[in-house]
Amino acid sequence: MIKNISNLGDTAVYCDFGSEVNEIINASVIDYFHHISKLIKDKKIEGITNLTPSYNKLIISFDLTITNYKKIKNFIESLTINRDIKNNNQKVKIPVCCDDEYGLDFPRLIEKLNIDKEKILELYFSKEYFCYMTGFIAGMPFLGDLNKNIRCNRLETPRLKMPKGSVGITEQFANIYTFESPGGWNIIGNTPKKIFDDKNLDQPALVNPGDKVSFYQITKEDYLNWYE
Amino acid sequence: MNKAYFEILRAGVNTTIQDKGRNHLYHVGIAVSGAIDQRNYIFANRLVENQFNEAVVEFAYQGPLLRLKNGKINFAISGDIFFKIIRKNLGAEDGECYKSYILNEGDQIDIISTKNSTYGYLAVNGGFDLKKTWGSYSTNTKANIGPNDGKKYSLKDKIFIKNSDTKNLIERKINYSYSPDNIIRIIKGTNFDYFSKYAIDKLFNEDFLITNLVDRMGIRLKGPKLENIVNTNIKSEGLVRGVIQVPADGNPIIMLSDHGTVGGYPKIAVVIAADLDLVGQLTPGTKINFREVSLEEAQNIFKAYTDETNKYLNECN
Repeated sequence: MIKNISNLGDTAVYCDFGSEVNEIINASVIDYFHHISKLIKDKKIEGITNLTPSYNKLIISFDLTITNYKKIKNFIESLTINRDIKNNNQKVKIPVCCDDEYGLDFPRLIEKLNIDKEKILELYFSKEYFCYMTGFIAGMPFLGDLNKNIRCNRLETPRLKMPKGSVGITEQFANIYTFESPGGWNIIGNTPKKIFDDKNLDQPALVNPGDKVSFYQITKEDYLNWYE
Repeated sequence: MNKAYFEILRAGVNTTIQDKGRNHLYHVGIAVSGAIDQRNYIFANRLVENQFNEAVVEFAYQGPLLRLKNGKINFAISGDIFFKIIRKNLGAEDGECYKSYILNEGDQIDIISTKNSTYGYLAVNGGFDLKKTWGSYSTNTKANIGPNDGKKYSLKDKIFIKNSDTKNLIERKINYSYSPDNIIRIIKGTNFDYFSKYAIDKLFNEDFLITNLVDRMGIRLKGPKLENIVNTNIKSEGLVRGVIQVPADGNPIIMLSDHGTVGGYPKIAVVIAADLDLVGQLTPGTKINFREVSLEEAQNIFKAYTDETNKYLNECN
């Protein structure tokens, strides 16, 4: 449930579902997201331009020439949300090469976490992760939760260019940079797999909220010869 | 008859197709994109009698050199731009912004540079002949979405023009000139309280420099370090245009049209909607200052800004 609603600038509403990250709170965010998306599609509400669900927040962007903060806030407060029972979540397996030329931040991680590379990889690859949200630049999946021993903060200064396919970790989360972009996550490897496909208009992202994701390690040779 | 098109003889620094932007895709990580300076985008279209959602060419710093093939068109350039029109067999003449011109087969438009701004816009009557992706012509070069395979234009590329109505070409003008401003108005962000009193004092009283790290995603600023006393990381959550994030190094970053849809750095403030066009046009080396306004003030300023835009549109003739 929404704990607090505030404005994010003059063109967005910030719905706060709390500060914890767990699947229950995230499911509530996703329920609101689906519910409001449907109302937009059915033209029951005007002026909303984007919905951005995340772990425990929902940001609603709107066109200030059509509506305003107060109207959208009132609309959100008037909603009754039903639990979304549809369950079409999938299991996705993603290959990763962790050679040093792809795992850019092992030196930093080894120092900050005080464990060796083998142990980091063992802990990383032994879990199945839950997709809380997708975003950033086209289909980047935000996955959790990492083993407690490999949790580390973001880079102090984000990199200007993360290579496409970079697999990163920060705090209890893992993700994949679907395109070359700036970014602040600790990079442990790279995947040759296509995570975002703009030719697939209905579902361009390989991983979607609610999906279960596991990773498996591949050699540099497998990486370079990857074909799909 | 063969379709009219521009042949690119020089691509320029960052020449892309843009429009109003692409909505309803933040949840899969696709930014709005669209023209950085929406007012100038609309002006360019108005000058050639287009609908306001028609595609235009956006360029940054040095623009393209274009030659018209197969036809006669009406075009206009908006922004603060130095450009020439090179008439076939007649030579070059200086071009004026906010004025539409007739261009004949073989004539060239040489967009030499922007002046006290970063972006400019070129519109042609009837628009460009391109396919929309998810309802928009905008090019998102970060995710390779939109015209030209989602990439900026290169030498020898062609930009096709829909169907210029050669019978009805009129030269129009908007009596406007672009003026930059270095006071940026902001609303407190959702993590405003994460910053020390000292940092907030600096935010509103000291200069911030626009660094060279400027693109359609965002602007990195350099100024006094904005000290965070709570947490330099937040759980990744949505962003919108104008959000000012502060990473652990204390240097703010302003999000522009191609921004990542989510981010995990605290949001100290958000630039008001009425100042987004202005912010996007800031050039490296410029010093800016921030002023706080309330939500209500921001809404009034936006209304005044929109009314002013409409006044110019109505005066166009």
